[in-house]
Amino acid sequence: MIVIAGGEYVPLYGDREVPVQVAPFRLDVYPVTNDEFLTFVRDHAQWRRQHVPPLFADQTYLSHWQDVLDPGGLAPADAPVSNVSWFAAKAYCQAKAKRLPTLDEWEFAARANEYEASAADENAFNKVILSWYGKPARLPLPNVGHSFINVWGVWDMHGLIWEWVMDFNSVMMTGESRKDASGLDGQLFCAAGAIGSADPNDYAAFMRYAMRGSVKASYTGQNMGFRCAQDMDEGILGGSP
Amino acid sequence: MSRFNLVVCVRLLGFSVLGLALTACQRQDQTSVKAWVAPTLAQIQGEEVAVLTHPPAVPPSIKRKHPTKLIVNLEVQEKVARIADGVDYTFWTFGGTVPGSFIRVRHGDLIEFHLANHPDSKVPHNIDLHAVTGPGGGAVSSFTPPGKETVFSFQAMNPGLYIYHCATAPVGMHIANGMYGLILVEPEEGLPTVDREYYVVQGDFYTRGAYGDPGLQPFDMDKALKEQPDYVLFNGSVGALTGDKSLAAKKGETIRLYVGNGGPNLVSSFHVIGEIFDTVHIEGGTALNHNVQTTLVPAGGAAIIEFKVDVPGELIIVDHSIFRAFNKGALGKIDVQGSEEAIVYSGKQRETVYLAEGSTSQSMPEEEPLEKLVLTAAQRIEQGERVYKSNCAACHMPDGSGIPNAFPPVAASDYMNADVKRAILTVAKGLEGEIQVNGKTYNNVMPRLNLSQDDIASVLSFLYSTWGNNGTEVTPEMVRNALQ
Repeated sequence: MIVIAGGEYVPLYGDREVPVQVAPFRLDVYPVTNDEFLTFVRDHAQWRRQHVPPLFADQTYLSHWQDVLDPGGLAPADAPVSNVSWFAAKAYCQAKAKRLPTLDEWEFAARANEYEASAADENAFNKVILSWYGKPARLPLPNVGHSFINVWGVWDMHGLIWEWVMDFNSVMMTGESRKDASGLDGQLFCAAGAIGSADPNDYAAFMRYAMRGSVKASYTGQNMGFRCAQDMDEGILGGSP
Repeated sequence: MSRFNLVVCVRLLGFSVLGLALTACQRQDQTSVKAWVAPTLAQIQGEEVAVLTHPPAVPPSIKRKHPTKLIVNLEVQEKVARIADGVDYTFWTFGGTVPGSFIRVRHGDLIEFHLANHPDSKVPHNIDLHAVTGPGGGAVSSFTPPGKETVFSFQAMNPGLYIYHCATAPVGMHIANGMYGLILVEPEEGLPTVDREYYVVQGDFYTRGAYGDPGLQPFDMDKALKEQPDYVLFNGSVGALTGDKSLAAKKGETIRLYVGNGGPNLVSSFHVIGEIFDTVHIEGGTALNHNVQTTLVPAGGAAIIEFKVDVPGELIIVDHSIFRAFNKGALGKIDVQGSEEAIVYSGKQRETVYLAEGSTSQSMPEEEPLEKLVLTAAQRIEQGERVYKSNCAACHMPDGSGIPNAFPPVAASDYMNADVKRAILTVAKGLEGEIQVNGKTYNNVMPRLNLSQDDIASVLSFLYSTWGNNGTEVTPEMVRNALQ
């Protein structure tokens, strides 16, 4: 794992005048791979696809794996595991004495490009992100270490998969984007001017929030994986570097 | 709407006894919607799966005489496809095409809408049907992540032609990627029978590269915000309605076009070159207009257009905001087959010289009115080169080499060098039929050009002086003699 020195950032849903503080934390360098997840389901039979209760994972859970304990050709060993539910991702991290990153931690770490911790205003960076969002993805997914390593030393925050976060549904997107954007409900979106979506960066963020807002914790998707995080006062445990 | 019109009428009568007010009332009543009571659940009979079609096809008209429960199955697919020759784009589609599948329902039907999002999709999608009475037009209820299907129901409360589109954040990008289509809510009595129905939707597209830049072009958010599209298209690609994909019709047939505009930004000045719309359902609603040249189709709006094709030929569908048509792709064609109908349209009957000084136009005079300037041989060649470039080079090419099998060469031309008089007559009167030039056969038409005798002499002098021809000098006198 890698230490992400905390800091402050202005999230999509916030008021630009009030940045959010992110405490230092550790984050996995790579998303969790099929091989790592295979080890997990070997050790924890209740997370094999024939045993997992529908409450915790829908019927496409690990459905692209050839067999229960054989990922096969559509799920190469070093490709990120996908078709995993939030429950499964959370259980995996717990088994490693880790946890899922919070939405703020993930977004904070994802603002970094190769050169700086806060590239959110970089037009080119945002175009790269948008162009990945704009392309359909077929299985098998590329191996981890595919897109880029950011200035923190973390790979693939963009350009490989969507990633679960602990509080993925803490920002409500109704799917009715005009209502979400105009702040008609006056809740999280009261700062309508700040999120007028007039710059491409907001569009990239909007797509992540739309994706998170569209799913439930039992949902799985072939482009949706995860990585784990850890508090600074926990010892570094578990497998990932 | 009926009630609203009633109020307007009463007011007008109250304030005025003028006939004008009465006329205004009658006009408005003609376009008002008659009182309509939505069928109750008990009145909705049976269940059907809707027939969906890909553009430019339209599902068959509804013969049913009662409302039913209609199941619509629509699948969202994100796919790379051709936007122009050599140019690809990642389209987001309802049903695999741009525009999406055409949905046809009957006024009063209860529609059970199934929206599936393909597992390969990168992002969640939803649908806002303008035919829905309810918040978001179904957008919230149909919010669907990749690999899922959602279901919601609505009753078709208003007849008309409506756009549907995706409304997931960022909504502009979803629409710009092609996520729109048309849903027709057919009136209970149906629409009048026509011979052919077609489905055409305009949309504007924003690519990283300029129009025609090759390869897979990503979406350009900056251009979309500035509303400066690289492509303005009918049915999602350059040439979707031209060539062998032109819409077909026969002389005498009636045509109904279901026209939509997905946007995201531009408003369409929809026009068919060489046709007058007999009837337009303005904005896809109930009001009818007749004898329309160009109808406005707003972004997120539609129109039903009906006309009879009376003469054969090609009718060109354009956005008459005309640079979009000839420079950004907004062109389509209706190919009308049949025999000529000279009384409706004659074709070109005559072309004559028009002399601005006189009050009548005349045929090409046999004599030059005045001998204006006497040119030297060198001046004549120089002038002839200008004449050649502006009149001849388009077909015979700037270097005189012609185009194989179409336009014979005028460089090192045995046909020209063998007979000066024949060359003069060819330029002066045109030529039709088979000729041999440098051992190759050509069978084509050269139109008669409206060149003065001076110009004919000059252009031939130029040609004979260059490109390996025999150097003959052609004077205006020779031209005059040849034409006698």
